[in-house]
Amino acid sequence: MSLIYPRDGLKAHPLNASPAYASTLKRAPSQPLILLPHTLSEISGPAFGHSAVQAGDSDLTLRHEGEPLGERIIVTGRVLDEDGRPVPHTLIEIWQANAAGRYVHLRDQHPAPLDPNFTGAGRALTDAEGRYRFVTIKPGAYPWRNHHNAWRPAHIHFSLFGPSFLSRVITQMYFPGDPLFAYDPIFQSIPDAKARERLISRFDIDTTEPEWALGYQFDIVLRGRNATPLEEPHDD
Amino acid sequence: MTERRAALGLTPSQTVGPFYAYALTPRAYGGSELVNERVATDGVPGERITIRGHVLDGDGEPVPDAMIEIWQADADGRHNAGGNAGFTGFGRAETSPEGFFHFETVRPGSVQGPDGTKQAPHLAVSVFARGLLLRLVTRIYFSDDSANAADPVLALVPHERRETLIAQRGPDGVFHFDIRLQGEGETVFFDV
Repeated sequence: MSLIYPRDGLKAHPLNASPAYASTLKRAPSQPLILLPHTLSEISGPAFGHSAVQAGDSDLTLRHEGEPLGERIIVTGRVLDEDGRPVPHTLIEIWQANAAGRYVHLRDQHPAPLDPNFTGAGRALTDAEGRYRFVTIKPGAYPWRNHHNAWRPAHIHFSLFGPSFLSRVITQMYFPGDPLFAYDPIFQSIPDAKARERLISRFDIDTTEPEWALGYQFDIVLRGRNATPLEEPHDD
Repeated sequence: MTERRAALGLTPSQTVGPFYAYALTPRAYGGSELVNERVATDGVPGERITIRGHVLDGDGEPVPDAMIEIWQADADGRHNAGGNAGFTGFGRAETSPEGFFHFETVRPGSVQGPDGTKQAPHLAVSVFARGLLLRLVTRIYFSDDSANAADPVLALVPHERRETLIAQRGPDGVFHFDIRLQGEGETVFFDV
């Protein structure tokens, strides 16, 4: 059976059966997963060109008439594979709550104000060195109904593709020093402490721009090594 | 296969959560859609097919906040083929309040499998939702395809669960494929 991508790194992921996160109880599969060989269907993946991203998509503060309320931030970093090679020209989609902890989503009922100048959705393509950069505002923490007095730590959702179906991942970026980490079953669903820390961005004074915005660095490591979308399957 | 130790640890997955739609499937919010449930435009060669289904939880209740993505070969069995205007092979759909989703595409051709085998036509599927910390991966095969009998991936699945991977063609020509996350009739999900 050909398993072209290494499986070592997969233990970084949470288990879907994570009962402290109540929504998993009726949604996590109960049957064991079946090991799938890596065929052309898995080692290929969609390619998004520059047409996927419009000018301004990566600056979430410029999408409306006025400027959004909150703390303006720069979030930047590199997308790499497991060998540390850059993943160039790959699409990143992000979304987040506003500074008050409220999402634009119609089903968000948190009684915090919407900001008419902030939607909270953005897109970017990495450059040839795998770099990306977003300008946004720092999202607020918000309550949810998982358990009594449950609050999500401030986070930005990240959706990435990478070179193949196997490298596709959706995750969340957190901010350093958040006092809510210890109480959050979604963050804590990641079994390994070092893997959890990889979701926490790093404040960076050199990314910070004087008189304008605080800077955070967040590198993302996608599945794959030496993998290219055009590689033929091989048995070794 | 040689196993070298990877230099960097993977970025762990987290749930898509309940509030992704205004970014990932933003039609109702007036946002620009990167991709949607229409995988092939009218001019793309191949047999047009429609796939419809529901996403259901362990109680059989509809899942109104799931996102389904499909990835497929074109009618000739090629992924990322050049010169295939109007077809990327990639689709994305959110479920409705009733847990319903659908895709319009072309029937894929067969694709090379492991060890010189041939795979029956299929779609690769990712399921994201609140309550799923890591996407679920499954496949959609087609009930009227005789190649299913020799498919090397279906052969890995216990016989009594194989049907969960096969979209059934109805009298209207539409393929029906429900995704049951948990419990009776649970869809087969793959470890990739």
